[in-house]
Amino acid sequence: MTELLFAGADWDFDRLWRTYDAVDLIARKELGLDIYPNQIEVITAEQMLDAYSSIGMPLMYKHWSFGKRFAQDETLYRKGMRGLAYEIVINSSPCISYIMEENSMAMQTLVLAHAAFGHNHFFKNNSLFRQWTDARGILDYLDFAKTYIAQCEERHGHQAVERVLDAAHALMSHGVHRYPRNRGYDLREEQRREKERQAWHEQTYNDLWRTVPKAASTVHGSKELAERKRKLRLPEENILYFLEKNAPKLQPWQREILRIVRNVAQYFYPQKQTKVMNEGCATCVHYHIVNRLHEQGLMNDGALMEILHSHTNVVFQPDFDDPRFGGINPYALGFAMMQDIKRIATEPTEEDRVWFPEIAGNGDPWGTLREAWANYRDESFVLQYLSPALIRKMKLFEVHNDAEAPHMVVTAIHNERGYREVRKMLAKSYDVSQLEPDIQIVDVDLAGDRRLILHHHVANDILLDENDAVLVLRHIANLWGYEVRLIEVDAETDMTLREYEDAVPTVNMG
Amino acid sequence: MNIIDRRLNPKGKSLANRQRFLRRARQQILKAVREASGERSVTDIANGERISIPMDGLREPTFRRSPQGGVRNHVVPGNKEYVEGDLIPRPSSGQGEGGSQGSPSGEGEDDFRFLLSKDEFLDIFLDDLELPDLIKKKIRQSDSYTLTRAGFSVTGSPANLNLVRTMRNSLTRRIALNRPKPHELAQLEEEIARLEESGADPERLSELRVEFERLIARSKRVPYIDPLDVRYNRFEHVPKPVTQAVMFCLMDVSGSMTEHMKDLAKRFFMLLYLFLTRRYQHVDIVFIRHTHEAKEVDEDTFFYSTETGGTVVSTALTEMKKVINERYPPGDWNIYAAQASDGDNTSSDNAHAAALLENTILPACQYFAYIEVGAEYKDWLGRETDLWRTYKSVTKPGGNLAMRKVRVRSQIFSVFRDLFSKERAGATAGTSP
Repeated sequence: MTELLFAGADWDFDRLWRTYDAVDLIARKELGLDIYPNQIEVITAEQMLDAYSSIGMPLMYKHWSFGKRFAQDETLYRKGMRGLAYEIVINSSPCISYIMEENSMAMQTLVLAHAAFGHNHFFKNNSLFRQWTDARGILDYLDFAKTYIAQCEERHGHQAVERVLDAAHALMSHGVHRYPRNRGYDLREEQRREKERQAWHEQTYNDLWRTVPKAASTVHGSKELAERKRKLRLPEENILYFLEKNAPKLQPWQREILRIVRNVAQYFYPQKQTKVMNEGCATCVHYHIVNRLHEQGLMNDGALMEILHSHTNVVFQPDFDDPRFGGINPYALGFAMMQDIKRIATEPTEEDRVWFPEIAGNGDPWGTLREAWANYRDESFVLQYLSPALIRKMKLFEVHNDAEAPHMVVTAIHNERGYREVRKMLAKSYDVSQLEPDIQIVDVDLAGDRRLILHHHVANDILLDENDAVLVLRHIANLWGYEVRLIEVDAETDMTLREYEDAVPTVNMG
Repeated sequence: MNIIDRRLNPKGKSLANRQRFLRRARQQILKAVREASGERSVTDIANGERISIPMDGLREPTFRRSPQGGVRNHVVPGNKEYVEGDLIPRPSSGQGEGGSQGSPSGEGEDDFRFLLSKDEFLDIFLDDLELPDLIKKKIRQSDSYTLTRAGFSVTGSPANLNLVRTMRNSLTRRIALNRPKPHELAQLEEEIARLEESGADPERLSELRVEFERLIARSKRVPYIDPLDVRYNRFEHVPKPVTQAVMFCLMDVSGSMTEHMKDLAKRFFMLLYLFLTRRYQHVDIVFIRHTHEAKEVDEDTFFYSTETGGTVVSTALTEMKKVINERYPPGDWNIYAAQASDGDNTSSDNAHAAALLENTILPACQYFAYIEVGAEYKDWLGRETDLWRTYKSVTKPGGNLAMRKVRVRSQIFSVFRDLFSKERAGATAGTSP
């Protein structure tokens, strides 16, 4: 008979260590997880509130919006309207997990398995995180950002810095590169090319060309436009990037601040796209680990019950007509899909063999999951792995809602005809490019009036929220230093749906 | 793996963010605070306040899709009865709508509620107010001193001996003058004893004896501690800044003072008290009420019990003078006084009151505010009351007597601000040398 890791609710560091070791053994041996070194930090509830308000990061530059969030959270928390998270985990190496001192030992076990192993593995292995974030460097970078912005405040005043940060924050969701970029121009390479061209021009110089009449001006104009766009590499959807590089009036420190905000946005971009997977992975891992601990006799029934109680709350999915319904719970969907994948890998039905020939019955559930965790994001994960069995189990159905029509229409349900449609639509709803408006900088006449022109490519007739859009435009105008125009055009027909008044700069940033 | 206990780390990590937030929301908060202070009762004005401010200027706009209009597809769980092609009536107010994609944080933020701590509340509430003439003029003649350390001296009382300094000097001197060390002496003595016992090498023995004598003599000439080494802590008398204040509340409680008037007076007293507690470490408060005779009373009696009798203002001033003489020597205390009255006074007393005020009270006070409270609906602006005329004769520009009339509750704060606004404080400071 093995000895219990702990009994009772109290935790101490000794028990934490022992439990960590037991969890570690299962995670590596049975699940084959590959994790960053862990750093567990015990904090109080107040510190948790602090961490909340700076978007969960241990270091963050100072800004009033974080203070606002803190005031909000604090009010809700003090009123008892909102509980605090049991943990916060940071995608860094070492991977930092905050755990609260108020948690019982059973909860600490859950948190260790969930955050220090589940999330940690996902951060280290998922391709999006690998490609877009630098876990080793993020804390150093945030340290730099914090110090830099504090210095700017000292040098240029709170207000000047606040203006830039406000504007940058408004554009944060349009400050990420969605695709790997072309290699940037190399100065030496450019100069070499330019010299070559010059040499060629000199060699082939012929005075006769001067006498040839010039082409018509219209053709000339559109050529100029094309050339201009090419030089500025327009259209550009990363608005912050464009402003950082090209805004004519910004000071170097202001560009640096834009860059900092852009980098923070980029760092969080993968998290937006992998909510279901990330939480599903962590939930799936903790569920297996705590059950194994219990089976091995390392944990008593009481602790398991406490953990399962919390687990059940987390993965609870209310039906659409339930007053508690607030969209699909990423924990519930992720966990259900991953349990389903395990089932398909070990006990497939005939249907599964048809739908998932590659993985059905391969007998390696954790290998299959690791593969999925590494290579997918929410959208592609749902598209690839949502099985008919699960659609039936969750009774998913699709509703078509056209604001023009008097009724909403049920377009697909959990039946043979509906599976693919439901799956496709659900996947689409996790596509970040579908959720966020597609706004691009399309033109700017640097030699002329320097007006910046943005297009919103409207999908499904859903326009921008006008009040907010006007405010954001003003921010862009302030950064750009000249007028800014936003036009909403239909993505399919190129028809102009709405045109905003030109936003003019209200403050002089420079 | 590493477990780190961060619980002892400082909390308040987001304090700087909160300050930035308060600064940002300053205008809205200011307005909300002023409004809130009008509503709440006087006694809890100093408690923290849950205030609610409009969101303009605090919105964090982003490009986001409008929650209305357009064509949307939702996938939602929990189908019970629907089959393909079913029509669902649109829910009226969005409630129960399947998979509404509207961001909940975007809407319903029109009013933003949060808690201000007591200090934050008062900071904003009393913002840009300044006490006139903050420095006590008599401070130079004041008898209150405090001792502060001021280096070292070579003389002093044994109680102030600085041991470390003294021993350091002693050690330096002993090394410099090459005082024989005790263990060297002991060694020598031991060797002499050994030679004496064995009797061998008498020549060396006598050499050692001479050497020993020499060292003993030297250590007598170079003492372990010399009076030169001794250092004492030096203290200086520094005049103590007067950081305590006493506030006198004088009020007429004769029958002509209605509850409304008393309420106005109470509000003014409370504001002044709050304001003083922000500026001084210690504030005493003395309540003196008067009819045709004056008495020092406690707060409850002051505000809530009625008396009958005539009105003789000078009695209150005399009482105040008595209390000052007994308990609050002007050298040690910043004295503030606020008097509230409906302006009645026995005509024969006016001259006496004026003289008392001008010659005794005002010189001792930092500031004397006279608030004339009137009935809510009575228009008395045209007529000056006895007391008003009397006090007016005493005021002089740049002086420390201020007079205001108040009729309704909402005027209190503006009158108060008027009295203590920074510009005014600057102006008085400018005129008085």
